[in-house]
Amino acid sequence: MIYRRLFDFPTWRFRSPFGELERMRRQMDRLFEDAITPHRLPQAGVFPLINLTEDKDKYYIRAELPGVKGDEIDIQVTGNNLAISGERKIAAEEEGSRYHRREREAGTFSRMIGLPGEIDPDKVEASLENGILTVVVSKAEIAKPKQITVSS
Amino acid sequence: MADTQSKELKVREKQEVASPAEQTTPGLVFTPAVDIFETEKEITLLADMPGVKADDLTIDLRDNTLTLSADIAPVDTTEEQDILVEYESGKYYRQFTLGELINQEKIDAKLTDGVLRLTLPKVEKATPKKITVKTG
Repeated sequence: MIYRRLFDFPTWRFRSPFGELERMRRQMDRLFEDAITPHRLPQAGVFPLINLTEDKDKYYIRAELPGVKGDEIDIQVTGNNLAISGERKIAAEEEGSRYHRREREAGTFSRMIGLPGEIDPDKVEASLENGILTVVVSKAEIAKPKQITVSS
Repeated sequence: MADTQSKELKVREKQEVASPAEQTTPGLVFTPAVDIFETEKEITLLADMPGVKADDLTIDLRDNTLTLSADIAPVDTTEEQDILVEYESGKYYRQFTLGELINQEKIDAKLTDGVLRLTLPKVEKATPKKITVKTG
């Protein structure tokens, strides 16, 4: 019995090396989850960030574009893809102003969004309100869900 | 600005406020990105606040502390289902301490396309007076 206890004890830990690895992997996962996920949203990493929602008939694409005028945004539809591009300009201020902070950025942007279903390219509306761009894209007739009644 | 013309904009995540005080209402609070510059006459502040209407914005200046806070009108998305959510909306809050004395009467605030432009004119300093010392 003593023999078993002395020599068997360490072996139960090493007998299943994969079990140990599995446990380590789980611990690592938990570590990364804690470090990364509090409030981490999935992102394509392309400006502007968008929120995409849908209802029965339409897709809604929203993006925050403060300080961008409507005529500075170019929206194009090709197939199921929607391209949003443009330029954000920040006007130069008068000579001799001293900057204390400069966090706002100017520059160009372009982003392609692949929509998950068929769309009707003729029914795309875009509006810009308080710096938020909303693009409403109608789904194609064939992509809309159809209610089918079951006859008995 | 010529050098920034062709620059491509990078994604910058909205910064959540490290809460100055415990909140009483639920919801996220973000720090707006700002530009602040100063001329001899005034201090100008530009802040990006997408989604904010003029009525929902509060600007408060007291004891040299400027507080910007704004609520956003929530977009009605109850009928819609999320497919992709890359950004969140919430309130905006930011505080600044101003070194200069500001003429409170002449503060001007404008909100266009989600950008606030706040002009804070400095108090006119008394013109320096020269005192001649007479020799007697």
